[in-house]
Amino acid sequence: MNFYALFAQLLELVIALVMAPILNGWVNQCRAWLQNRSAPPLLQTYYTLSKLFHKDVLLAHNASSLFRAAPYIIFSCMALASAIVPTLSTNLIFSPSADAIALVGLFALARVFIALAGMDVGTSFGSLGSRREMLIGFLAEPALLMVFFTASLISRSTSLSTIVETLAHRDFVIYPSLAFAGVAFSMVSLAENARVPIDNPTTHLELTMVHEAMILEYSGRHLALIEWAASLKLFAYSCLGIALFFPFGIPETADPASLAIAGIILIFKLAIGGFILALIETLSAKMRIFRAPEFLGTAFLLAVLAMLVHLLLETGQ
Amino acid sequence: MSLSLANTIPLSSQMINLCAAIMLLIGFAMLAQRRVLTLINLFMLQGFVLFVSTLIVALSTDQSHLLWSAGLTLLLKVIALPYILHRLIRQLSVKWDIETLFNIPTTMLVGIALVVIAFNVAQPISQLSGTITRATIGIALACVLLAFLMMITRSKAVPQVIAFLAMENGLFFAATSATYGMPMVVELGIALDVLVGMVILGVFFFQIREQFDSLDIRHMERNKEK
Repeated sequence: MNFYALFAQLLELVIALVMAPILNGWVNQCRAWLQNRSAPPLLQTYYTLSKLFHKDVLLAHNASSLFRAAPYIIFSCMALASAIVPTLSTNLIFSPSADAIALVGLFALARVFIALAGMDVGTSFGSLGSRREMLIGFLAEPALLMVFFTASLISRSTSLSTIVETLAHRDFVIYPSLAFAGVAFSMVSLAENARVPIDNPTTHLELTMVHEAMILEYSGRHLALIEWAASLKLFAYSCLGIALFFPFGIPETADPASLAIAGIILIFKLAIGGFILALIETLSAKMRIFRAPEFLGTAFLLAVLAMLVHLLLETGQ
Repeated sequence: MSLSLANTIPLSSQMINLCAAIMLLIGFAMLAQRRVLTLINLFMLQGFVLFVSTLIVALSTDQSHLLWSAGLTLLLKVIALPYILHRLIRQLSVKWDIETLFNIPTTMLVGIALVVIAFNVAQPISQLSGTITRATIGIALACVLLAFLMMITRSKAVPQVIAFLAMENGLFFAATSATYGMPMVVELGIALDVLVGMVILGVFFFQIREQFDSLDIRHMERNKEK
């Protein structure tokens, strides 16, 4: 049994590493179709990554060791985060030790290091991007925590595996609070993944970029790792959304047959999720940076409302 | 806990709870909305959710008069009133009006406080009620209060009228969830009142604009001094 749990855990990690660039490519492809452009190939992110891995690293003269260490820390944080989220099975070896709050902590750790690295070289763009990232981060984090708390109140546990088990394998109950939490979570994940209403992942315009501004000084394999980490983050958030709001199809066991079925279902769900993300990005315009607090404040209020609605409607009186 | 929840609450009641939650969600969306056109579409959506929830209550409790009021909701609040409003804003050419109102996050915070108050106030009331949908009374009350708040914070005439109509939605929802609806005569009376009120307010819009060249209610304050 324990062997299966270890196997499922390793498989999840490998699938996250392999699938994340493909998910990124799929979102870009859908967006290109929706905007009437000719789409880049599905594996474009892989081509970019391999190109970057073959290039030399150029470091600024005053770059400290933190600047060089940051890409590895960010990448491992994101890889670990995608391994914690139960995507293929809830019987995972990490699940007793890492819960939803640890996951938020991992995201926060990665954010702190990317912000520090952005400020490290001392260019104006880097610190500008870092400040904006921290502004968005400190607003998005409480909202994300509130979403997790709503799901935890329902399942009486902050462990992601228990949450998924409660939602997917008990008697089917409609939880109105999850409708609120779902809207809040989508707003948070748009902001956290540097997507269109908050940030544009493809822009290099000085006044608007947030994520790109921070990593402007990176090159070669460092940049490749950061790009890979960004797509892992998108993958982790997509899987979180699936685990919290559409967990049907994630098995409790970890034997190879159910893992294979779960894998197929996961790919199907991710394809739909990626298309919806591309649709949102096509339909909405990027908002001014000073609108971001309003956007994320709304997400936080919705998450609070989700908890209130849960207490009113779902505690069975 | 969730196991017992599934056993105690029937599916139709769960569906009504979901509708109630969506109504509250739309209430907040209306509070945060700046554009008049989207406001009307949100109002239409709220009317539709109200129709669905009334229909579920009617079907699950065999109350045939609720079917009539559900039909009335569909006709008036989903089709007639949004149509009239759309025509009005086209004639007044305020279709793309973006309203200036004070700080939306503050309004939303006040809204949250109102929701907490409404939930607490409704708790003892819902203990008295014997209907399957009694838990939603708090949400209905919250919808009414949010619409009130929207009426207070808006400065233009059209959003204020939409807030007034949204308040009626909340009241109707409260009536359905607390007592399975009011007597038919009362319901018909209210529905027609709303329609007539809408027509009269539509005439008012034109009068206000003719007098002040704008639909901003703040201009009317000048009248007091004369």
